[in-house]
Amino acid sequence: MQRSILLSFAARYLMPLMLVFSVFLLIRGHNEVGGGFAGGLVATSALMLYAIALSPAALRKLLPVEPRLLISIGLLSAFSSGVIPMLAGKPFMTGLWLKSPIPVIGKVGTPLLFDTGVYLVVIGVVVWILLTLAEE
Amino acid sequence: MDPLILLTGTVLSGILLAACAPLLYRRLGAYAAGLALFPLAIFIQLCLAIPALAAGATWQAALPWVPSLGLSLNVKLDGLGLVMALLISGIGALVIIYGGAYLKGHPFLGRFYSLVILFMTAMLGVVLSNNALLLFVFWELTSISSFFLIGFEHHKANARAAAWQALLVTGSGGLAMLAGFALLGKITGSFEISQWIESSAAVIAHPLAPAAFLLILAGAATKSAQFPFHFWLPNAMEAPTPVSAYLHSATMVKAGVYLLARLFPVFGGLALWPVVVTTLGLVTLVGGALLALAQTDLKRLLAYTTISALGSMVFFLGLGTSLAVKTAVAVLIAHALYKGALFLVAGSVDHGTGTRDIAILGGIGRAMPFTAAAAGLAGLSMAGIPPLLGFIAKELMYETTLESTLPALLSGLLLVANVGMVAVAGWVGYRPFWGQPGQEDLHPHEGSAGLWLPPILLAALSLLLGAFPQLAGKWLVAPAAQAVWQATLSVKLSIWHGLTPMLGLSALTLLLGIGLSAARQRLQPAIARFWHALAKFGPAALYPRSLHTVLSFAAWQTNLLQSGYLRLYVGSIILFTVVLAIFTMARQSIQLVLPTISPPRFYDVILIGIILTAAFLVTRARSRLATMALLGSIGFSIAVIFLLYSAPDLAMVQFAIETLTVILFVLVLYRLPKFKQLSSQSAKITDMLVALMGGILMTGLMLIVSAHNSDAHLARYFVENSLPLANGRNIVNVILVDFRGFDTMGEITVLSIAALGVFSLIKLAAGGKKKRQVPLARGKK
Repeated sequence: MQRSILLSFAARYLMPLMLVFSVFLLIRGHNEVGGGFAGGLVATSALMLYAIALSPAALRKLLPVEPRLLISIGLLSAFSSGVIPMLAGKPFMTGLWLKSPIPVIGKVGTPLLFDTGVYLVVIGVVVWILLTLAEE
Repeated sequence: MDPLILLTGTVLSGILLAACAPLLYRRLGAYAAGLALFPLAIFIQLCLAIPALAAGATWQAALPWVPSLGLSLNVKLDGLGLVMALLISGIGALVIIYGGAYLKGHPFLGRFYSLVILFMTAMLGVVLSNNALLLFVFWELTSISSFFLIGFEHHKANARAAAWQALLVTGSGGLAMLAGFALLGKITGSFEISQWIESSAAVIAHPLAPAAFLLILAGAATKSAQFPFHFWLPNAMEAPTPVSAYLHSATMVKAGVYLLARLFPVFGGLALWPVVVTTLGLVTLVGGALLALAQTDLKRLLAYTTISALGSMVFFLGLGTSLAVKTAVAVLIAHALYKGALFLVAGSVDHGTGTRDIAILGGIGRAMPFTAAAAGLAGLSMAGIPPLLGFIAKELMYETTLESTLPALLSGLLLVANVGMVAVAGWVGYRPFWGQPGQEDLHPHEGSAGLWLPPILLAALSLLLGAFPQLAGKWLVAPAAQAVWQATLSVKLSIWHGLTPMLGLSALTLLLGIGLSAARQRLQPAIARFWHALAKFGPAALYPRSLHTVLSFAAWQTNLLQSGYLRLYVGSIILFTVVLAIFTMARQSIQLVLPTISPPRFYDVILIGIILTAAFLVTRARSRLATMALLGSIGFSIAVIFLLYSAPDLAMVQFAIETLTVILFVLVLYRLPKFKQLSSQSAKITDMLVALMGGILMTGLMLIVSAHNSDAHLARYFVENSLPLANGRNIVNVILVDFRGFDTMGEITVLSIAALGVFSLIKLAAGGKKKRQVPLARGKK
């Protein structure tokens, strides 16, 4: 299949931008439009755009970890965000927040960790399925 | 000991250690037997605790776990738990050392350590739990670790089948027990066992008490291999011998006995108790001993006598006098010691000669002196010869039956069972070592110290406790019996009572037993033929038949329901929802109230027009691409509606999903078959009706919800509390990650599992086409 030069050129620059945007969505999600789900889907679109424009193999080479590892990391961080408050003697999944916000990121707390987990799981699941299909 | 250390130190750290054990084994190699230090530490701690507990103290600690379910990490150590925990930790330490030597060089030795420690922890959990639900959790954990340990040699079909059988039998019993616990929880309003004991009068008066009792008894009977569930235990001998010694004679199978003893103060006053429990125990006691006489394999001989011994404990708990309770505890301790030792001996014999068949074995005592010594001591205890602990237990047994209401009958049956025990003790403890050697040259040799020291220690303990019966009585039997009896009991064990009827019965038992033992070659074939003829009526024959029935029913209903057609799945889901919703609405007589509807804006009309047109055209589409485009336009229009009605989060997710769907479609487009209209006209009409019903139902539901939601206190709650409680202004996200975070956790888990499923389906389908033999070959192995 002939690859479009325009598309592959654009994808190289769009993908990082979209990834940054997805992280932006994730971080501000607790207060503004966004969140782990939406952010994860945007990130996935970015990665899949890259895979279609170049090749699935190129995306695999680009990814630092296996997509299924992302799923485990995501589930683990979502789960640990529930466990952390237990260490402080609170019930499972009580939201704990740092007193003062961190510059750029803003308010930081266990729900953000949970949302990051959702973000990673969504990326892992969709990229894994789509890559498997694309490589078959 | 601090109660909290009791909880964390014994139970929780064991689980951690079990997880690390394979890694430790890889690092430490043979030194991994040092894992025995963990149970040893527990054992020493418990030994230090004996004086306080014997004085009547109990140690308790509780942490909440799931308070809404009544589940708490509530542990309590009393006399009964102490005796069990001593056996579990003490024999556990020996079994880990022995297992290291027995399975030396085995590729799964690390796994063995891990599973044994996991089992030990679970078993300690069972005997320490004061919360019935917690007890159930640990109970199931022992079943599961037993499953893995029986199937340890998982390349053998027999081992797998035996593991499965044990899991099914004890697992279904466990479920019955859980139902019984639930009933008791309902009756008393609590799941704390100490609470049940306090309110036992109310329990017994309750009409549901017999049901609860029988359900729990089913759990105890399956676990402790009582008739008619006994058949799994001999099959479980597929496990490596240290496992049989530990799980299937010394500890796990006693969990049922333990449970009955623990709940004796609750149910002991029930009219059913003495009748059912004594009958159950008596049948198992006599049946197990008689079945044992037909066996020639060392381990199976020991397994059937274990069944018999478990039957005797249940039987004495059923009699329910204070003497009977003492007897049950004494038998429990004596049996764990001699039977654990004999199993380990059987393993050493197998290891040293390569066979466990008593018809072949003989005269190996000279080559294996230490093993022979352990076997001799343990055999003497099993046969009930003074001054071993087994003798004291047997004297107590006869004393109890002679004092019962049916002295002649019960003592007679007990005599029959005990004669069998003596005979088997001779076959296992004497014959292989000092009997006539068989034809074959076995080249027997003594193994390393790890193979003979643990059985010698166990057997020596039988001797020690038997020689100093006052010690055993005061420090072990009395605290446990008091915990069961719930009142102070004086326990004075001694070897010499004077010339009593018990002594006469003991002597008679020995005489008959030795005679039977000597006549093995003449009698055994006849006994074996008798049981063989009877076997097809036994519960062991019923098991495969009922299993087959269940499996074929499952296959039948799967074929019926899982047609493989997506449209049938979707159709049945919609129809089922419609029927259920209409049924509910009819029962609640919900009125359909039309909410006040503001006049639509022109772009609303346009969007809805697009959606409706596209939805109609999709049914007439002639190509995949057109279908895709039309569905996409529906999706995007809905996303725009979300945007217009100020739900940007939803809109964003919807946009992203629509985009990804297109990508997915592009990826699979080339591999899909030709797009064809396959449905007949009537099928289409049916589909349309189903679709319409679903659509109408959803519309109706939305209308009802929005009409009833006029006060909208839930929505208001979220709006008002999103910032103060959850520190976020985006209500949608706050609901997702905080208010309903548990749901989201479940959803992402489901999502991950779905991804796993998709992956394996794609890979399997692709792999299956290329090399079809692979799954078949795997199945055969």
